[in-house]
Amino acid sequence: MMHYFSLASLLMILWLLLSGHYNPLMIGFGVVSVLITLLLSHRMRVIDEESHPVHLTGDLFKYWAVLVYKIFQANIDVVLRIIGVRPIEPQLIRIPFPQQDDLSKVIYANSITLTPGSASIEIYPDSVLVHTISKEGAQALIEGELADIFPIQQDEHNGKQS
Amino acid sequence: MIVDWISGAFLALGAFLSIIGGIGLHRMPDFYCRLHAVGVTDTLCSFLILCGLSFQAGLSLVSAKLFFIFLFLFFTSPTSSFSLGHNAWKWGLNPKGVKEHAPTVKIKVTE
Repeated sequence: MMHYFSLASLLMILWLLLSGHYNPLMIGFGVVSVLITLLLSHRMRVIDEESHPVHLTGDLFKYWAVLVYKIFQANIDVVLRIIGVRPIEPQLIRIPFPQQDDLSKVIYANSITLTPGSASIEIYPDSVLVHTISKEGAQALIEGELADIFPIQQDEHNGKQS
Repeated sequence: MIVDWISGAFLALGAFLSIIGGIGLHRMPDFYCRLHAVGVTDTLCSFLILCGLSFQAGLSLVSAKLFFIFLFLFFTSPTSSFSLGHNAWKWGLNPKGVKEHAPTVKIKVTE
């Protein structure tokens, strides 16, 4: 039920922000569209904790804030390597996932790719193959630069999905 | 007035990073390293430009739409990068600095 409510409110906010017309007719159209979308999503059975991770919303925003800071740092590092201040030393490393459910794997691999200087290029059942541009970046990833700040899932969701 | 200067600074910095990304695309030794150079244009460059543009727009619906563009970039750009890198790896493109051929390469496994 929580997921339906989350999807409905998100869609309604999206409608209001994108339309820009606030008369009863247009808002009525919005409500009808949201209801139809909910019905379709329900029939397609795509509303679950994987598409709407409401249980970790707060943690996820905290994680993104730290991630944006890491991206900022990594950008400066890569720019320095491009203009030749620091050397380019490509590395290939394999890093275990911090958690085993699909959503965590996606978030983790996406975060690695989103940070310039490291890109995930292959997913194994328990680990991810990462190409990094520098030895320092590889070392930082092995020591758990991203895994340390990763949001911890509650046990019930881990048990359900694994 | 001051807002114009702030947004101008953001836009100039973003444009500078875009040029750096272009230079990196030519300077990097192999495909996978070029992926990292493109990462700069994908992330900080586009963030800064969108930030500068939303300073121009002020608190309005336009800013909200710019924020949506930011969100879409945040989720789609790693996906496209992964798709490129993963396919290059699957088809056996060997990264420079690693001795053997890609799919059978001996890699350091960290436990």
